Amino acid sequence: MGTPRRLAVLFLMPALVLLGALVVYPIGYTLVRSLFDAGGSEFVGLGNYAEVFTDPDILVAVRNNAIWVAVAPTVATALGLVFAVLTERISWGTAFKLVVFMPMAISMLAAGIIFRLVYEQDPDKGIANAVVVGVHDTFAEASAYPGARPRPDGVLKPSGDGAFTAASPARPGSPADLALVGLPAAQLPEDARDAARAPAGDGVSGTVWLDFKPGGGGEPGVVDPGEKGLPGMKVEAVSGGKVVAEATTAADGTFSFPAGSTPRDAVLRLPASNFTEQYAGVDWLGPTLVTPSIIGSYVWMWAGFAMVLIAAGLAGVPRELLEAARVDGANEWQVFRRVTVPLLAPVLVVVFVTLMINVLKIFDLIYIIAPGPTQADANVLALQLYLSSFGGGNDQGVGSAIGTLLLLLVLPVMFFNVRRIRREGRR
Amino acid sequence: MWTGAEQESFTKVLDEFEKRTGAEVTFVPTGDSASTALGTKIEGGEPPDVAFLAQVGVMHQFAEKGWLKPVGDEATAQLEKNYGKGWRELGAYGGKQYGVYFKAANKSLIWYNTAAFETAGVTDEPKTWKEFLETAQTVSDSGTPAVSVGGADGWTLTDWFENVYLSQAGPEKYDQLAAHEIKWTDPSVKKALTTLGELFGKKDLVAGGASGALQTEFPKSVSQAFAEPPAAGMVFEGDFVAGVIAADTKAKVGEDAKVFPFPAVGADSPVVSGGDVAVALKDSEGARAMLTFLASTDAARIWAEQGGFVSPNKALDTGAYPDDVTRGIAEALIAAGDDFRFDMSDQAPAAFGGTKGAGEWKRLQDFLKNPDDVAGAQRALEADAAKAYGNG
Repeated sequence: MGTPRRLAVLFLMPALVLLGALVVYPIGYTLVRSLFDAGGSEFVGLGNYAEVFTDPDILVAVRNNAIWVAVAPTVATALGLVFAVLTERISWGTAFKLVVFMPMAISMLAAGIIFRLVYEQDPDKGIANAVVVGVHDTFAEASAYPGARPRPDGVLKPSGDGAFTAASPARPGSPADLALVGLPAAQLPEDARDAARAPAGDGVSGTVWLDFKPGGGGEPGVVDPGEKGLPGMKVEAVSGGKVVAEATTAADGTFSFPAGSTPRDAVLRLPASNFTEQYAGVDWLGPTLVTPSIIGSYVWMWAGFAMVLIAAGLAGVPRELLEAARVDGANEWQVFRRVTVPLLAPVLVVVFVTLMINVLKIFDLIYIIAPGPTQADANVLALQLYLSSFGGGNDQGVGSAIGTLLLLLVLPVMFFNVRRIRREGRR
Repeated sequence: MWTGAEQESFTKVLDEFEKRTGAEVTFVPTGDSASTALGTKIEGGEPPDVAFLAQVGVMHQFAEKGWLKPVGDEATAQLEKNYGKGWRELGAYGGKQYGVYFKAANKSLIWYNTAAFETAGVTDEPKTWKEFLETAQTVSDSGTPAVSVGGADGWTLTDWFENVYLSQAGPEKYDQLAAHEIKWTDPSVKKALTTLGELFGKKDLVAGGASGALQTEFPKSVSQAFAEPPAAGMVFEGDFVAGVIAADTKAKVGEDAKVFPFPAVGADSPVVSGGDVAVALKDSEGARAMLTFLASTDAARIWAEQGGFVSPNKALDTGAYPDDVTRGIAEALIAAGDDFRFDMSDQAPAAFGGTKGAGEWKRLQDFLKNPDDVAGAQRALEADAAKAYGNG
């Protein structure tokens, strides 16, 4: 029969024009543009590509993209598989699936803002650190005086690891004045009394106190009226690098060692356990963890997508095969490993490849979640493309080169996907 | 451009203009990207009569393209009567007067929590950098972290640097560095960064230490300084801090929050400023009349009385400002005479002076993290600057 050729062309025309104008032309123009300089007037050959592969920022982006492609689709697919298989046989599986799938209904932008909050450093705001700090504080006791420190010109000097040590050996009969500052008066324990000088006894004694009273005044290093003692402070006498005696301060900040318990060369030390800073949690968005953290938020979004597709595939797996395997004596793990997964392989590949293409062009999550100081550490190609072309760089030559590179990276995956779809169509 | 309370105040200025001239004025805020919005309108052949621009660079760019019209004789006369030479020249390009600076910003201010100063027993506002560091130490000793630095936003760090540099190296060097005529590896930059390191390098003085500062955005750097209990005694930034204090904290400007000029690192306190310049895009009667009116003292007084506004008009009686804090800010700005300088990073190409995670913003964040490496910071700054200015 055959359709008249002209008629076929006529009907194909709208699609061809649209595809040409919206897909082929932009790709072609990007290729051409990538050979020109920032202004777009001067031909620079492969200069922009050379820049892409030498600029340290862009190399970080390439490396991060590799991490993303290797990790994110794998984890999301694996989680989706686990969820799908586990929820298949429970009655409230649908409810569970609904919840896991819900993040898909949120835009990347909103998810980015949510996770910016989740990863907030302050445990009062960021839930991730709230959990970490909560667990940590359950096992480690907080110190009484975090942040307290001696004045730079005082008797005590920092001696490493957060401890403070007196400059000269303690003498029995001349009480030591161990002044500390840097504590808000409101943070003192309730039983703190006005500081007093320790009585000169037979043993080494002294006072640990807050050498600052509200409103200022008083002489540095001297116990003035109105200044508070620091009760419960651990004081060590150290001789030859070893702790020979320990004392704890009273409500007015005084302490004393029994006569004869300290050698002549013993110096007083306030150990670090008095001053340990409150545990600040994990620096989720710091230089090292920023990429894994953002991948975490991506998985949160896309595991549901993987799960739904895999669950659909699972529904198509013939029951009798699983039953047969069980009858033959396979345990559940063997059934899963040797029967379910191979039967699901086509679906898993679809999910994996879709996610891979999706991840190659990831942009929004990183642009929103990564804070300014670590944005460069979290950089990926799509973000760098934007930054180079529009975000201040205004070098659309380099931007186009990155775009071309991204296209080259996506092409093999696309090619694979198209071939697979064809093969399936033929079956 | 201006929205919210600012728009309301500016509308009052426009009302007065309408009353005097019988003209009818429509005010259209453009949002953040004024140059894009205006560029589209101009290229479409429908420019507004008068527009406000926030960046010097944009005004130069527009003038170069021939989009701007000179202000006219009457406005020039007003400008000569009311404005210092520095502000007039900022509004000129290629020897022609194109713009009238109507609203100015003073970015050389240290805001402090009066309660924190009281607790620390600090009674005198520090005048020099040395006194400033001593005050910070005292505040820190009293148990309040001393200085809140909004290091998560790179632009606050560029403002820190600009103030130290302007005061220490002087206006001429500042202009040269802004135009990248001298390199960032210059000894004067080294000196300024070393000076800045005296503050940034002390964990006791910066609230949260460097790592805490790098996680603090500008609004938080302000609100934490005026929270209860305060997480910092002082915070540096421009007059717009007052707006954040009013919106995000319970503190009252003038009582709980006061302000002193950025301490003098060299001979004088620096005044780094910004501002909105009014330009004519059409050669019309109305546009010229509007610019003349904006250059007049009467127009400045109307907004000044509303608050939230500082005028570069030196003829304006500072009694018009509604409170002491604004008056102090305005007086410091006028007192700087012609030695004030426009924000350097706003004059630089955006790739260097205005991009999150890149250029000067990123390099100064790295410097805040590691203030000992002055030479490394200088090298990195110079490399980025050379690339962005394209004159390596």
